[in-house]
Amino acid sequence: MTLFTTVLSGDMPRSRALAAALILVLAALALAPFLFPGTRSLNVAAKVLVFILLVASYDLLLGYTGIVSFAHTMFFGIGGYGIGIAASKLAPTWASLVLGAVVALACSAVLALAIGLLSLRVRAIFFAMITLAVASFFQILASQLSHFTGGEDGLDFKLPAVLLPGTKLMEATPFGVELNGRILSYYIVFAGTLCLFLLLLRIVNAPFGRVLLSIRENEFRSEAIGYRTVAYRTTANCIAALVATAAGILYALWLRYTGPETTLSFSIMIDILLMVVIGGMGTMYGAVLGATIFVVAQNYLQDLMKVASAATAGVPLLPNLLHPDRWLLWLGVLFVVCVYYFPYGIVGRLRLGRDTPRRQR
Amino acid sequence: MTRARIDWIPLALVVAVAAGGLPLVASAPTWLTLTVAGLAMGMMIFVMASGLTLVFGLMDVMNFAHGAFISVGAYAAASVLVAMTGSMQAASVAANLAAIVPAVLAAIALAGLLGWFFERVVIRPVYGDHLKQILVTMGGLIVCEQLIHVIWGPDIIPLPRPATFTGAILLGDAAIERYRLLAVAVGLAVFAAMWLLLNRTKFGLLIRAGVENTEMVESLGYRIRRLFVGVFVAGSALAGLGGVMWAMYQESVNAQMGMQVMVVIFIVIIIGGLGSVGGCFVGALLVGLVANYAGYVAPKLALGSNILLMVLVLLWRPRGLYPVGRA
Repeated sequence: MTLFTTVLSGDMPRSRALAAALILVLAALALAPFLFPGTRSLNVAAKVLVFILLVASYDLLLGYTGIVSFAHTMFFGIGGYGIGIAASKLAPTWASLVLGAVVALACSAVLALAIGLLSLRVRAIFFAMITLAVASFFQILASQLSHFTGGEDGLDFKLPAVLLPGTKLMEATPFGVELNGRILSYYIVFAGTLCLFLLLLRIVNAPFGRVLLSIRENEFRSEAIGYRTVAYRTTANCIAALVATAAGILYALWLRYTGPETTLSFSIMIDILLMVVIGGMGTMYGAVLGATIFVVAQNYLQDLMKVASAATAGVPLLPNLLHPDRWLLWLGVLFVVCVYYFPYGIVGRLRLGRDTPRRQR
Repeated sequence: MTRARIDWIPLALVVAVAAGGLPLVASAPTWLTLTVAGLAMGMMIFVMASGLTLVFGLMDVMNFAHGAFISVGAYAAASVLVAMTGSMQAASVAANLAAIVPAVLAAIALAGLLGWFFERVVIRPVYGDHLKQILVTMGGLIVCEQLIHVIWGPDIIPLPRPATFTGAILLGDAAIERYRLLAVAVGLAVFAAMWLLLNRTKFGLLIRAGVENTEMVESLGYRIRRLFVGVFVAGSALAGLGGVMWAMYQESVNAQMGMQVMVVIFIVIIIGGLGSVGGCFVGALLVGLVANYAGYVAPKLALGSNILLMVLVLLWRPRGLYPVGRA
């Protein structure tokens, strides 16, 4: 038990149902290549992993520090483009991938620091609007510098041979699954996500994380006790940006592609917001549940809705409401309901009655 | 108290930018065309943005779903205009107006109605909590965008301009699109009406007082809540009007248009100073002019010119051109 406490930084799930859900998700993701063989389901599993990391890093900002940023996809994109540009313009070797990743991380850190220092002094709304403007500027930049970034088409690139699906790693085929480079890539994404997630959990449960919470609850009092709130918020902004960049790097490694639609677009930003709020703001575990539910819904809810839409054909308007492309409508409604009634999302709901943190107004 | 003095420096800046554009563009007719285009764009942005900044100034609410009102207005007008294609294509101004006026009224009415509903149901529970406001209004934006898809379908709807306002008139060597002149006229009219309302009526006095100090106005016995609702509905209706103008300018309507314009609108109200209508007007003109000059001189730079402008203005006046009392 002490081992668990150490690994989870003392932040236990504190609810049987939540613990069960987390173990289920962890087991499913860890064994995904064997439990759900097939390209589509493995893609879904990898996307879940990447978004868990992305959403957890966003939660550090939104849920723990109370900052709304719309530039999170920008950092995600920097990671993706770092790998993409390095692999396609230099050479598909490990050295160039590492170089691309390091440059991307450095870019993100500098950019996050600059944005933070310039605009985190002012009110939340101002920061939200500034980051929205900067993110859209970056998106324009990525599509304009087309000889460098591939423009709207994005970049297809090669990776070191050991990561390619054609490479067989072992002769053995456990459970009838061939151990190829694709499986290795999956486990790189898995290990990266797990380590960084536990690191984030460590950060929010360290004294640093407590200060962030106090800033969220009452900035004025935290300042009065003697914490330099701007420094703490800027640091949180930088950490979140770095982890988002790492998520972008992992996603690019998995997809072997980087483009504005998969990393930079505003709809991804909206997806992240939905995942954080539905999963539970201010709880790292919320990121796990939110991202899992959302990505699975994104890929499989549409099939369900297709059936429902066909079943209600003939009723006015209802088939349109249940049209497979309208899945975001229902998640949007769920999002608004969550903000009003379940401010701590699914996780807050599951932990209810134990020791739910209360906001003081 | 005597009437507050007007700060002329930002206005002079608009003139300076327009004058500075002349040597850059280096051709007087082109400059005239670009200037009119810039002013027209600025006026349309102003019509869309003014409601948002006023709502923020008065109620301290930043409505990220404002873009949805813009789209809804444009769609409402498109529905009316599709039914009246005949009089849109007629070559007489009267026939054109017979189609446009109902369309604009429909846009204003629907956007205003949606605004009323939005204020009552979505925003009222979260007054005073910025974080939740941003989240809830983002959620509202998503739902509205999706509902537009449900009601009007996912395809882009073409929206032709009325026959008498297509084409250009020649002024010397400069070609000036008629529609842009119309946009400038409408924008000026809206600004003038707003200015008169805010500065010459009791209603406007209460609004300005409410922006300065809400509690004081309440303690004098005025129901500021009713004022809030009125301003919110008016702001949404203006967004609907701006949506029609913008859609006709682009000659098409799609559900994402509101969100796309929102970025420019945010930049404009940040430049102007959050909550200031006059600042919003000047900011919109600056953004429109700079975008058009930059688009001609350095097309690669054009899309980022807004951001550059915003950074420069904020370096000069960190709280915007016309800072509003309560920051």
